[in-house]
Amino acid sequence: MVINSRFFNRSELLGFLALAALLLVILPLSLDIFRLNLVAKYLTYAFVGIGLVLCWGYGGILSLGQGVFFGLGGYCMAMYLKLEASSVANTKIQSTPGIPDFMDWNQLTSLPFFWKPFHSFPVTLLAILLVPAFFALIIGAAMFKRRVGGVYFAIITQAIAAILTILIVGQQGYTGGINGITDLRTLHGWDIRTDHAKFILYFVEVVLLFGCIVAAQFIRLTKLGRILVAMREQEDRVRFSGYSVANFKIFAFCAAAVFAAIGGAMFTLEVGFMSPSFVGIVPSIEMVIYTAVGGRMSIFGAVWGALLVNFAKTSLSESFPQLWLFGLGALFIAVVLAFPNGLSGIWADHIQPRIDRLFASRKSKSAAGMIADGAPAE
Amino acid sequence: MLVGHQPKDFLLAVSGLTVSFDGFKAVNDLSFYVEENEIRVIIGPNGAGKTTVLDLICGKTRATSGSIQFRGQELTRLRENEIVQAGVGRKFQTPSVFEDLTVFENLEISYPRGRTVFGSLTFQRDDAVKQRVEEVAEMIFLKDRLNTYADQLSHGQKQWLEIGMLLIQDPDLLMLDEPVAGMSVSERAKTAELLNRIIKDRSVLVIEHDMKFVEDIAHKVTVLHQGQILSEGTMEHVKNDPKVIEVYLGH
Amino acid sequence: MFGDYSISDLGAILAMQGFAGLILFSVYVLMALGLAIIFGQMGVINMAHGEFMILGAYVTWMTSNAVQHVAPWLFPGYFFIAMILAFIASGALGMLVEWALIRHLYKRPLDTLLATWGLSLILQQAYRSIFGAREVGVELPEWMMGSLQATDSIQIPINGMFVMALTMLITIAVAYVLFWSSWGKQVRAVVQNRVMAGAVGINTEKVDRYTFGLGCGIAGIAGSAFTMIGSTGPTAGQLYIVDTFLVVVFGGAASLFGTIASAFSISQTQSTLEFFLSGSMAKVITLLTIVAILMVRPQGLFALKVRK
Repeated sequence: MVINSRFFNRSELLGFLALAALLLVILPLSLDIFRLNLVAKYLTYAFVGIGLVLCWGYGGILSLGQGVFFGLGGYCMAMYLKLEASSVANTKIQSTPGIPDFMDWNQLTSLPFFWKPFHSFPVTLLAILLVPAFFALIIGAAMFKRRVGGVYFAIITQAIAAILTILIVGQQGYTGGINGITDLRTLHGWDIRTDHAKFILYFVEVVLLFGCIVAAQFIRLTKLGRILVAMREQEDRVRFSGYSVANFKIFAFCAAAVFAAIGGAMFTLEVGFMSPSFVGIVPSIEMVIYTAVGGRMSIFGAVWGALLVNFAKTSLSESFPQLWLFGLGALFIAVVLAFPNGLSGIWADHIQPRIDRLFASRKSKSAAGMIADGAPAE
Repeated sequence: MLVGHQPKDFLLAVSGLTVSFDGFKAVNDLSFYVEENEIRVIIGPNGAGKTTVLDLICGKTRATSGSIQFRGQELTRLRENEIVQAGVGRKFQTPSVFEDLTVFENLEISYPRGRTVFGSLTFQRDDAVKQRVEEVAEMIFLKDRLNTYADQLSHGQKQWLEIGMLLIQDPDLLMLDEPVAGMSVSERAKTAELLNRIIKDRSVLVIEHDMKFVEDIAHKVTVLHQGQILSEGTMEHVKNDPKVIEVYLGH
Repeated sequence: MFGDYSISDLGAILAMQGFAGLILFSVYVLMALGLAIIFGQMGVINMAHGEFMILGAYVTWMTSNAVQHVAPWLFPGYFFIAMILAFIASGALGMLVEWALIRHLYKRPLDTLLATWGLSLILQQAYRSIFGAREVGVELPEWMMGSLQATDSIQIPINGMFVMALTMLITIAVAYVLFWSSWGKQVRAVVQNRVMAGAVGINTEKVDRYTFGLGCGIAGIAGSAFTMIGSTGPTAGQLYIVDTFLVVVFGGAASLFGTIASAFSISQTQSTLEFFLSGSMAKVITLLTIVAILMVRPQGLFALKVRK
């Protein structure tokens, strides 16, 4: 009698398995390490997308500042790696050895206080999760307790993304400025630049991604997930059912921030640097685009969206750089106007029913090899 | 404010309540008292401030001055969800249910347990919840529609669902804003029956225009006019009050 | 910090800085006016607003080139023609966009935001393809160059004065159109109650389209004015869009006076801070202050208290 009695329903399970097969078997076997590393880079945005599904798709809270959290996670990781790369031995030609090169160039003579905790790997890991969560908590508490929502929230998060970018670019000596934090080498003594390391990191990332998918699915299936949906439609009714709407929004926003931060940290590891160009307004909106294209109501859709849009971006902008922006703009307009539930909506409305019919009429002929996607809620 | 007898036996004591919107006083120095198990109907012409009074009690609108005591607790200082937790339930004029959720899920959300963020993450749909949901669903004539999404329901059914959502909260004070408006005749009869059943064992504050309905259920009637009390008492008393007749028929 | 300056130097610097702030104020007001009409009156978030402004700038640039080649005698006054053309071009594009895109999304404000962002990407790329990626600047007629020598140490650039005068004129015109003309009354009627406005015979679709067009047209004029003080590139509009939205939100979305007051305070804060700090820190502190104030007072500086 109850619909959500299983963790994944049939089509979601199919989606999960298809994604696992693709990411864990098909892509590693068929792609060279350069391409696989590209996929790894795309997938870092899938983390952001999963967070956006919870916060935007389910909770109706559109954040145009997810780059902030992606960046915070990425910068935390980059600071740790940079400190490791800036050992006294590696930097003895600097006027102050033992501090990152860009600090030396900017006449800093000692490590700023907020860099010091990043000597420790466990502290770094904690910071990757807690710093963005704390940031989101402050922003969320200030805004949601005062019932700021909708477009106002979107604009203010966007302004925060702009502020953080300007700050990072402006404070070169402390942040590496516009170039970001580059020349990262080892993680706990393990060289992350080798092909082998990239291969391993790819799998670490995919496992983390599936961890996040399961976590998001868990949240979605609890009563909290239903309250998010309820809130999106009838905020007042939720309030007058005895819930503090603000707290639930803060939770969704913080969860999305943490997911984004994990993606950011993985980005730093996969790509080997972090810069303000992944923090600001444009990357933040692009992250929303991936989610919208994949389907704002579908966790798997967010992953597919991140993969496919970035794949298209890379291949199109390699060959037709001009067409790419036209294409991206048109894609966005088309998705918003005609397919508000994105690819997963198209899948659920048009392709899934056909497969079901196929299954029904010809039991044995399975639709093998087909890309399955999780249908939106139920 | 209230000198002399202590409002010990009052469930709800509203005194000196005023709210102004940019100088316009929608509710002006209003005082009234609701006893335990009393059914009070508020009537009055459009714009008299009836809905605003409910908004003020449930915390949707903040009072400019005055006090609302519920069981000795000052409601004007509480947030909406705290007011609900104190035992005040509110039904809106237009049905407000969660259309993207099923009837079951709608009722489940209103079940008074796991109302914090972490409480709702660990909330289990156990037998007590299921039983209570089914019990209420039966009462609101929706037992066979538990797995229907609420957007598939008729207007009347949505109203019942919202009443059910209040019922499952088990409030001590139930506030209903025009519960039978927009309903068909048969739905109206069923709703009256439903309301008559659920208003036992609790106090109810109802806004309604349907005079026959009011006469059926009201213990006491309060007539509002321009944000102030025009008349108060039994239906009989109010009907014969010349001031009321003047306002309703005088023009 | 002030040790190197005499009192009169300092006064002169503050005055010049204040004047620089006034020019920034003019650009903010011109951009925010259009946005305030579209966002404040219609509730539509137009992320492509900066691109409409840039269209106006490019139209001005083209007009100046054309006039120089075809009718050099007209050059001293070309700017007025350019402004009208910019208004028409941006306004017409705006009406087209309203028809093709916006009208389908009135009930989904967050989606308008996303769709217009897509539009802004397309427009940026279009500008890049047509006009090239490099920034272009217009040549000013002679009478606009140079500056007034107010005192020994205070110079006031003429083009800046011109832009400010223009801003005042346009603001008055917009205020007139919105608050005193019958068309403005129709716009406000539609905003307050769409169904009722339709019922009393107002063509709500037409009002929507013209309102959007007017907002975009003013953005075009803003772009035209912008060429007087800076150069134009395909992505120049994007630089201003967040600031402008903050100006409008900070002022209180439905209040024209609020928009102007907020543009004034933001631009003055920023240009004054720029004197003491680096440009980027001035901007960070200005934006942070606005965001902090908006967190405490989300309805903006000037907003009416109404039920619901």
